[in-house]
Amino acid sequence: MTLHITHLYASLGGARVLRDLSLDLTGTGFIGLIGPNGVGKTTLVRAIAGLIPFEGTLTLDGTALAAMPQRARAKRLAYLAQGAESHWPLSVERLVALGRLPHLEPFRKAQAADEAAITRAMQLTDVETMATRDVLTLSGGERARVLLARALAVEAPLLLVDEPVAALDPYHQIGVMQGLAAYARDGGMVIAVLHDLSLAARYCDQLVLLNDGHVHAQGTPAEVLTPQNLRDVYRVEAEVTGEGRGLTITPLAQI
Amino acid sequence: MRRLPNYFLINLALAALVALLFVASVYVGRGGELLFTKLHAMDEIDRSLAWLILKEIRLPRAFLGLVVGATLGLTGAGLQGLLRNPLAEPGLIGASSGAALGAVLVFYFGLAAGSAMLVPLGGVAGALASLALLYLLAGRNPSIVTIILAGVAISAFASAFTSLALSLAASPYAVYEIIFWLLGSFTDRSMDQLWFALPFVVVGLALVASTARALDALTLGEDTAASLGFNQTSLKLRSILGTGLAVGATVAVTGVIGFVGLVVPHLVRPLVGHQPGRLLLPSALAGSAMVLAADILVRLPTSGPEPKLGVITSLIGAPFFLWLILRTRREAD
Repeated sequence: MTLHITHLYASLGGARVLRDLSLDLTGTGFIGLIGPNGVGKTTLVRAIAGLIPFEGTLTLDGTALAAMPQRARAKRLAYLAQGAESHWPLSVERLVALGRLPHLEPFRKAQAADEAAITRAMQLTDVETMATRDVLTLSGGERARVLLARALAVEAPLLLVDEPVAALDPYHQIGVMQGLAAYARDGGMVIAVLHDLSLAARYCDQLVLLNDGHVHAQGTPAEVLTPQNLRDVYRVEAEVTGEGRGLTITPLAQI
Repeated sequence: MRRLPNYFLINLALAALVALLFVASVYVGRGGELLFTKLHAMDEIDRSLAWLILKEIRLPRAFLGLVVGATLGLTGAGLQGLLRNPLAEPGLIGASSGAALGAVLVFYFGLAAGSAMLVPLGGVAGALASLALLYLLAGRNPSIVTIILAGVAISAFASAFTSLALSLAASPYAVYEIIFWLLGSFTDRSMDQLWFALPFVVVGLALVASTARALDALTLGEDTAASLGFNQTSLKLRSILGTGLAVGATVAVTGVIGFVGLVVPHLVRPLVGHQPGRLLLPSALAGSAMVLAADILVRLPTSGPEPKLGVITSLIGAPFFLWLILRTRREAD
């Protein structure tokens, strides 16, 4: 899996949000997309997902995403929106099954492979026990895991997630991050927009730090989360302690 | 955990109910008991008279019930799925008001007496005109809110013109005709009118039915549905155009039959686990059943004028809808 982005420009309501952004990502792994509010993280994810117009090139394994038919793209790329919700009180298993829609042939029912994918997704997110429950009666944390299971069920090589752990308690934050990490280990590329830097450092294999519409830094959490980068981009004085997966970032003061 | 009833069995049961009501609709009527005895009568004249009644009065009426009910049930379910709003009903996009206006204008200009086909013709023209206007107002890539607002505006405008036609009508007889037609009824409709409306209905229903999986995906919102491979512009176009064609054509023949498209999807939704795509077929069947049953009901009083079907469906539908809302509120508490 290679995602190749060159000279990407995108606007939001007339304002240029992404400015000449270039980024190369290869292989599998859990990639955290970080940066302050308003630097274009969500816009970048939405551009990759084909939800907004952009200029520049975006290729997935050598094929331009814009040239891919929508259905073909849907099989290769899954997207979990920020604050995703279900509009109808579906049961958990039916909601997760919606992730298989890109794979269903017209007038055909779900096949064994679809059932298997649904079961795998529900196992990864630990929601099998609530399979028959109405999704609207679940707690926010449970619902977030179910909606993540929906995105995992697509079994797309590339998974885009926008702020999957915002508004979740630590227990469910860890649950969701483990689900994403497990999906990446199983051979997927996961790109997640994250705000909790310590959590990002603990679970991500690679971080991409955005600033002002382009990539400021890219690399392992230790390479990206330096006090200097945090000063330049986040405008905070921060203490960085620990190393490897145990890297902890404590913001101390505004600059 | 409560398991849902089997999807196939739900449809089978509903289809059986529709078949039963269809037969009842052919059989029941003023002097209906005599119809079948007459078919077996010795007298040649009696037999041909009974055959004529069957072919020209009873069958068109039963078929209309079948088609109109299926149209309202399917398009109501489709539109509620598209707008992700359980209060949506097929009249919302303005096509039925447009069809009503088109038909009313035919009455207004006194053309209805010329040919029975002119009323449905005017109705379909009105529905198409209102769809074209909706397209002009909402643009090429409209948001759901734009569609609803434009639909409401078109409905209001068409209703205003209908009222204008009523107030300016030259003869009291025309007013009487228009009002009675607007109330919605299957009486005195011929097979020709049904055949005229049918192509629009079939195309319209096929368009709406083709959105089933896209509507399922839309449960998760427009962006997610798009990321699942469903083109949102095409979905809205098929759903709105299909609803407009089918509902417009049926209104053109029968007048406005209220509340069926709103209530029927609510009734069926719990049976299919609230999944909007799976709701379409059972909702169409339940719509047919409800309209056929209501049309049998209006024929039961054996003396005096026959109550209008549209009045009966609203009389039953409105309190029923209220009950549904109260029940939902109780569940939410």
